[in-house]
Amino acid sequence: MIPATFTQTSEREWKLSGSWTVLGLEHLTQQIATQACASGEVTLEGSDLEALDTAGAWVLQRWLRQHGARAALSHWPPRLEKLMALVATHPEGPLVQPPEVSLLARAGKTAADGLRQALDLLVFIGETAGAAMRLLAHPARIRWRTVLRNIQLGGFEALPITGLMAFLLGIVVAYQGADQLRHYGANIFVVDLVGYAMLREFAPLITAIIIAGRSGSSYAAQIGTMLVTEEVDAMRTLGIEPLELLVLPKVAALAIALPLLTIWADVTGVFGGMVMARVQLDIGFHEFIDRFGRELHGASLLIGVGKACVFAIIVAIIGCFQGFRTRGSADSVGRQTTISVVQSIFLVIVADALFSVVFSKLEL
Amino acid sequence: MVTPEPVLRMSKVCTRFGSHVVHQDVDLEVLRGEVFAIVGGSGSGKTVLLREMVMLQRPTSGAIEMLGADITALGEEESLALRKRWGVMFQHGGLFSSLTVRENVGLPLREHSTLDDELIDAIADWKLSLVGLAADAGLKFPDELSGGMLKRASLSRAIALDPELLFLDEPTSGLDPASAAGVDELIRRMHSLYGLTIVLVTHDLDLLWQVCDRVAVLGEARVLAIGSMEELSHLEHPIIRGYFDDPRARKARERAAA
Repeated sequence: MIPATFTQTSEREWKLSGSWTVLGLEHLTQQIATQACASGEVTLEGSDLEALDTAGAWVLQRWLRQHGARAALSHWPPRLEKLMALVATHPEGPLVQPPEVSLLARAGKTAADGLRQALDLLVFIGETAGAAMRLLAHPARIRWRTVLRNIQLGGFEALPITGLMAFLLGIVVAYQGADQLRHYGANIFVVDLVGYAMLREFAPLITAIIIAGRSGSSYAAQIGTMLVTEEVDAMRTLGIEPLELLVLPKVAALAIALPLLTIWADVTGVFGGMVMARVQLDIGFHEFIDRFGRELHGASLLIGVGKACVFAIIVAIIGCFQGFRTRGSADSVGRQTTISVVQSIFLVIVADALFSVVFSKLEL
Repeated sequence: MVTPEPVLRMSKVCTRFGSHVVHQDVDLEVLRGEVFAIVGGSGSGKTVLLREMVMLQRPTSGAIEMLGADITALGEEESLALRKRWGVMFQHGGLFSSLTVRENVGLPLREHSTLDDELIDAIADWKLSLVGLAADAGLKFPDELSGGMLKRASLSRAIALDPELLFLDEPTSGLDPASAAGVDELIRRMHSLYGLTIVLVTHDLDLLWQVCDRVAVLGEARVLAIGSMEELSHLEHPIIRGYFDDPRARKARERAAA
């Protein structure tokens, strides 16, 4: 392909050659802007013109219009003449631009959207609770198979990753504590440190965060995609309540799976701490387990598991809620999935902080 | 009159998915400047054939020659160069949902040229007006468009680079009769304006009668017949008869004759 070129042969005549196409124009658009052209009729010689497309015709016509000139085409292929003429008839008005939105209006819209989303979330929680009540009144309609399937996907298959993460976390907690405790000769207290930290805080929190990233996001993406492909509408027209089929089994499954995963994380986390205590502080497994049994109470375990139950509901509800907020496109599915993860982790930590405040008031 | 050269030639193309044979020795030629339709029942492999032509799928065996190049044996650069010479309009539009309609149409220009943004937007708007969309439609996102507008916007993107060849997958499916007639008209207009070669897959009898020069009927994993609708109407094969014998088919023929 020969690049487009353009030379003045006389005052009112220009010779075009090469490919005046999207691919052939290259720097010609800048070059043509610097050339002056007489107003009135200008001859464009096209015998060497290899090709011309809309972009080429557009560039030529714009140039002519800027100088108040009209084109007389000589030796042009008939088809290109037609295209050139068609482009010439198109009035070049200013481009339509999206309306400007002021900063204040944007801030207001963001605030209003946030508020509306919070209200929508409340409505969603209410509807889900209502659907759960209706389902409990007719226990035969509970979809146990779906619940079990969700437990397998969200719980059982998450065992390796939660176990590994909690184990590593146990190592980190013990390692950070070991140095401080050694200063005071209080090596054995590493058991209390690891035990309380894992059982009450870290195990439920790390499990909830992993599940928010694993299951919460997949719930949002699944429901969002089903909305885009009109599967949710189809469900409604077939008389199946989407909340009952899509949301409740997920909430129930996580409410069962997350506490169990937390207990599993307790075990591997404490084991991680135990390994570190032996390496760094010379506390044997036997000694560790002995003190663990005497110092830690069932209450700590139950507090952690109870928190996990709440976290599970938060993660499942937010994942489903954001999924249902998807509007129309692939882009929206991605955005809602991201929001679901960020929002559920945020809310899990907020809830955890609230628990700490409440427990300190109750002196638990 | 000089016989036009073929721009697309498929020879002995076979496609199999596992043990399921979709095409067995499909041979066809599309000539420069014609409107060529591929028809056939559901599952006869029309769309698969179209996807093979535009290099989205490889046939199991056989050769496809496009604009003088064997597309089953092309390097990366040659296939990119070839892709710029054709436009494809997908059945469901295939517009990018995160871009406005104007950005969708301007995307091929932006990707493949060094033209400035203002010029690209102006050209995109012009292409949108060519397919009959108002200027403010360019600012909308694809999910805000109706079915007919979506098809038009998609066609507009397919012709963004002024291609030599245009592939249309079911251009009128899912449209009301008035919009479908509008798309018929549009295809005719594009054809006369750019003199391009159009290959389309369709079920639309009006489109077949009024716009298409030649039609290939797919069935039983092969090409049953190729010819103008007039020529096909004399054939006796039951699948082909289906396009002529029922009342809807007769009406479409009468409308075309009128």
